[in-house]
Amino acid sequence: MIHQDSKVLLEVSGLCANVNGTEILKGLNLTVRSGEIHAIMGPNGSGKSTFSKILAGHSAYEVTGGTVMFEGQDLLELAPEERARAGVFLAFQYPIEIPGVGNSQFLRLTYNTVQTHRGKEELDPLEFDDFVREKMKLLEMSPDFLERSVNEGFSGGEKKRNEILQMAMLDPRLAILDETDSGLDIDALRVVAGGVNQLANKDNAIVLVTHYQRLLNYIVPDYVHVMEAGRIIKTGGKELALELESRGYDWVGVEHKAAMGAQA
Amino acid sequence: MSATLQTLVNQPYKHGFVTSIESDVAPKGLNTDTIRMISTKKNEPEWLLEFRLKSYEAWLKMEVPAWSNVHYPEIDFQAISYYAAPKQKPKLKSMDEVDPELLRTFEKLGVPLHERMALAGVAVDVIFDSVSVATTYKDKLAEVGIIFCSMSEAVLEHPELVKQYLGTVVSTSDNFYAALNSAVFTDGSFCYIPKGVKCPMDLSTYFRINTEESGQFERTLIIAEEGASVSYLEGCTAPAFSSNQLHAAVVELVALDNADIKYSTVQNWYSGDENGIGGIYNFVTKRGLAKGVNSRISWTQVETGSAVTWKYPSCVLLGDNSVGEFYSVAVTNHYQQADTGTKMIHIGKNTRSTIVSKGISAGHSNNSYRGLVKVAPSAAGARNYSQCDSMLVGHQSGAHTFPYIQVANNSSQVEHEASTSKIGEDQLFYFAQRGIDAEAAVSMIINGFCKDVFQQLPMEFAVEATALLSFKLEGSVG
Ligand SMILES: Nc1ncnc2c1ncn2[C@@H]1O[C@H](COP(=O)(O)OP(=O)(O)O)[C@@H](O)[C@H]1O
Ligand SMILES: [Mg+2]
Repeated sequence: MIHQDSKVLLEVSGLCANVNGTEILKGLNLTVRSGEIHAIMGPNGSGKSTFSKILAGHSAYEVTGGTVMFEGQDLLELAPEERARAGVFLAFQYPIEIPGVGNSQFLRLTYNTVQTHRGKEELDPLEFDDFVREKMKLLEMSPDFLERSVNEGFSGGEKKRNEILQMAMLDPRLAILDETDSGLDIDALRVVAGGVNQLANKDNAIVLVTHYQRLLNYIVPDYVHVMEAGRIIKTGGKELALELESRGYDWVGVEHKAAMGAQA
Repeated sequence: MSATLQTLVNQPYKHGFVTSIESDVAPKGLNTDTIRMISTKKNEPEWLLEFRLKSYEAWLKMEVPAWSNVHYPEIDFQAISYYAAPKQKPKLKSMDEVDPELLRTFEKLGVPLHERMALAGVAVDVIFDSVSVATTYKDKLAEVGIIFCSMSEAVLEHPELVKQYLGTVVSTSDNFYAALNSAVFTDGSFCYIPKGVKCPMDLSTYFRINTEESGQFERTLIIAEEGASVSYLEGCTAPAFSSNQLHAAVVELVALDNADIKYSTVQNWYSGDENGIGGIYNFVTKRGLAKGVNSRISWTQVETGSAVTWKYPSCVLLGDNSVGEFYSVAVTNHYQQADTGTKMIHIGKNTRSTIVSKGISAGHSNNSYRGLVKVAPSAAGARNYSQCDSMLVGHQSGAHTFPYIQVANNSSQVEHEASTSKIGEDQLFYFAQRGIDAEAAVSMIINGFCKDVFQQLPMEFAVEATALLSFKLEGSVG
């Protein structure tokens, strides 16, 4: 929901970044206020996942220019775990498997770590079990997933649910969902989207990275951005997603080039 | 953060042995005179001197084993002094005198208070009455007829038992280091559980070694009579320092009909510094004889220390239906080298063995699993299950697996599984994205990796071992 007077959560200006010496982000700008839902769309390889991981602090990417402010502090100054504790959450496009580490222990450690840093009470294993089972219901997840190793042998859809489960537990300020919809069948998509909608409120913000407009039927964005070659080249309302669906991405690039040319 | 802690745990023990009263020390070198001197000093019976001399003769004809995957400078066996009268560790009057850095290390490892004091060399009875604890402990054991004492004491007080079993599991000529140990061992533990007795508590070396520096050539013998059972704990998680670089221990276990011996070790000898300078060379021969029907020998080891570890706790499954187990976690960091594993020798019918080995290599270290499963023609229905997993931390360490399988009975069944994994940057990033720092993440991953072994350890040992592992690997990831 857009409220012009709501405060700015995330302010990205002129962000440039390299990976292995190749420039991937080339001056990206984005402003996200609390209460808003943004969708970032764009062709494969345009840098959407790179942008998401840079916000979360992945060390493989080198920021070469620009700034990222989160709730008034320089996000780039913070270690990845500090960003998470400050309320930045990334639902991964490809959640990694961690064999041997029990999902319930992992979930409890992450929950308690984040709670502690917010000055809140930790939950003991029994309390946590009640708490997490409640959250799992929201995502129609079987409690069996607590007994397994983190993401190990989970199907693509199960991994995505496990990501949104963590989002539900950690109650982030800013949630970035990197292609959470891909690999989900229509029922799972409905459940996951329902979960995300329940979590959205006036104090947080959600950035959906997606390829398809399909997800946006379930989670309605306030803004739709088109990303190409490491930049956001067009921003519109939710109707832009429908237009992209029917016309593809090429025309946006053409329009953008023309506009840049006119400016020059 | 880890650099300071790492130096701490690896630093030589500062409270040197400067104040110790000059003890009588044998001149350097090994010959029959040295051996006679050791035997005389210890008031040993004639048969034991003969045992030593026979071992020495065998040793002279043997070569340093060259087949293992460890490399170290040639050892000059004539440059070692083979006997020193037991030294008292210097006593400190209170915990206040202990190096605060050492205390912080203990804190970090979660070493229980009474152990910290003993390890730091505080006269324990000043603060904590360990003498009375040890005495109560001994009284309790004596009530049920259990003998638990030093090997020297056993030789004098229970010569018939020692004579009956010593060298029956590891013969005097078994291997180079075992032969050396048999010739020159100075002390160790002896434990005897009489028929039908279930030992009422874990037997821990901590209660035996309190004032003496543990020996360079330790000799341990544990006998469980028919239907007896015992759980024995060796070592502790706190870093152990020694003024000797070469250690060559021998441990023999004998389990008679329906007897059960569980032997757990946490090894944390000084491992050398981060450049591989210094550290203990640890050559150990451990073997259990499951002699009786339905007997069981179970080894659990957590190997974290020493510059070079060469160690294969083994089981000879002689009795029908006997069971052998080997659960191992071996961690190497910096320039440490470990070549460890087990031998399961199936002789009796329906004998069963389980091998679970977890190797973790970090830094520039080298970690090898070497295991033999041998099924004799007589071992109808024998079964073995082996699982050997390696985990690499960083890019410069090595993990190797050398499984040897020799099966001479076609009704037997042998299964071997192996895996290699890596603590990857992406795993750590996933944890970090959920607020968990690298240290906690590594600890969680390692514990998950080792849990099948840790489950076998007595509770508090398991807790300490967990802390020790994370501590050993600090700073090696990310
Ligand atoms: N670790 C990496 N090493 C080399 N190239 C990379 C790496 N990560 C991403 N890239 C490249 O960066 C570009 C953007 O990738 P990505 O952010 O995954 O795009 P998207 O999520 O929009 O599909 C691609 O050309 C990709 O090949
Ligand atoms: Mg992507």
